[in-house]
Amino acid sequence: MNTGLIFGMTGLAVFAIGLFGALVLVEPLRRVLALKLCSVGAGFLLVVAAWREPPAMADPVPHALVITGIVVMISATAVALVLIRRLHTLESNSDD
Amino acid sequence: MPDPLLVFDALLGLAIVALAVAVLAVRDRFAMIVLFIVFGLMSALAWVRLAAPDVALAEAAIGTGLTGALLLTTLHHVREAPPEQVAEPVAVPMGVPMGVIAVNLGLCAVILAGLSLAFLSTPLQAPGLVAPVVQNMAASGVEHPVTAVLLNFRAYDTLMEVVVLLAAIIAVWMVERGTAQAPAPVLGEIYRGFARLALPAIVVIGAYLLWVGAYAPGGAFQGGAVLAAVGLLLLLSRLYRPRPGHRPVARLGFVLGTATFAAVALLVAGGGRMPFEYPAEHAKTLILLIEGVVTLSIAVTLAALFHGREPEAITVSEKRV
Repeated sequence: MNTGLIFGMTGLAVFAIGLFGALVLVEPLRRVLALKLCSVGAGFLLVVAAWREPPAMADPVPHALVITGIVVMISATAVALVLIRRLHTLESNSDD
Repeated sequence: MPDPLLVFDALLGLAIVALAVAVLAVRDRFAMIVLFIVFGLMSALAWVRLAAPDVALAEAAIGTGLTGALLLTTLHHVREAPPEQVAEPVAVPMGVPMGVIAVNLGLCAVILAGLSLAFLSTPLQAPGLVAPVVQNMAASGVEHPVTAVLLNFRAYDTLMEVVVLLAAIIAVWMVERGTAQAPAPVLGEIYRGFARLALPAIVVIGAYLLWVGAYAPGGAFQGGAVLAAVGLLLLLSRLYRPRPGHRPVARLGFVLGTATFAAVALLVAGGGRMPFEYPAEHAKTLILLIEGVVTLSIAVTLAALFHGREPEAITVSEKRV
């Protein structure tokens, strides 16, 4: 049992929870959050893969990949959210 | 007696999993976003434990802070509905038959089992790419390995990442043109005195994060995110109001990072060098130039993503004031 193993399992669990949420949830905002959970879970696994027992240095390449992933994820989230806002406008207009 | 730090790790891991469940299960959507922010900060803490402070900073600033702000403005927007609609509970998955949920649960369990098997059978602590990175650090122009990978060894990835951000803001501006003149992006009043005190401090912190990235955790993305917070605070406290005349400046801000990055990458080519192959004696200057410009671009783009709609002739909020 070590830090890498604990957080590796955490990442897998978070990924599975996010995947399940993205598949069965109906509310758009919650679905976006479920996908965001998936991305954090995937980030966990990459960071764990980069981790070494403390005196050794962690692998910087996966770290750079996760930072790239975080920025791509906020771009995707922003576009998803603007689509949700647009959908809401269209729906509330058709109600009138 | 187990190692107290391992006990801490296990508790933190359990808390993260519980928060992930709570985010998706809680009924109130405001609580959902707040729980998500707590979840993101706990994940950042876990990544600090995994010796990844750069990633933790990026997750806390971009993945949690700015994403949370984006989620809250969207919630503010979609909540502007007649009261009887607001009262309607929407948290429970309606319309999805129990059978479908059960099948999906089974599928997710199978995927989780498969991934766990793969994870547990993968040797951790493999050599990885540490050695090549360490060997080439001297030629990279910076002293911090993650910055060297981002801005030098794998600079092409980073350029594409800035392009993705540019594509996102273009998409947001295009789609928002069709959105109704709904509520202004205001989450609540912010005390202007606080803004005046906090803004200079945040600017200094953002610039420091950018500068320190050359030899310690930090860098363009973390610095850019902190500077984007300046933009958010200015927008929320109404110290800055976007006007149609600011559109060209904003567009310049969005493109500047990508354009400078690509121009430097192409201009260093020639004389036997590939694109992105900075000459060793100028590597530090070029990386700092790229980082500085990209930081500004990221800050402007992230703040614009938060504001959403491009500045128009006159907005509803201004009419009301």
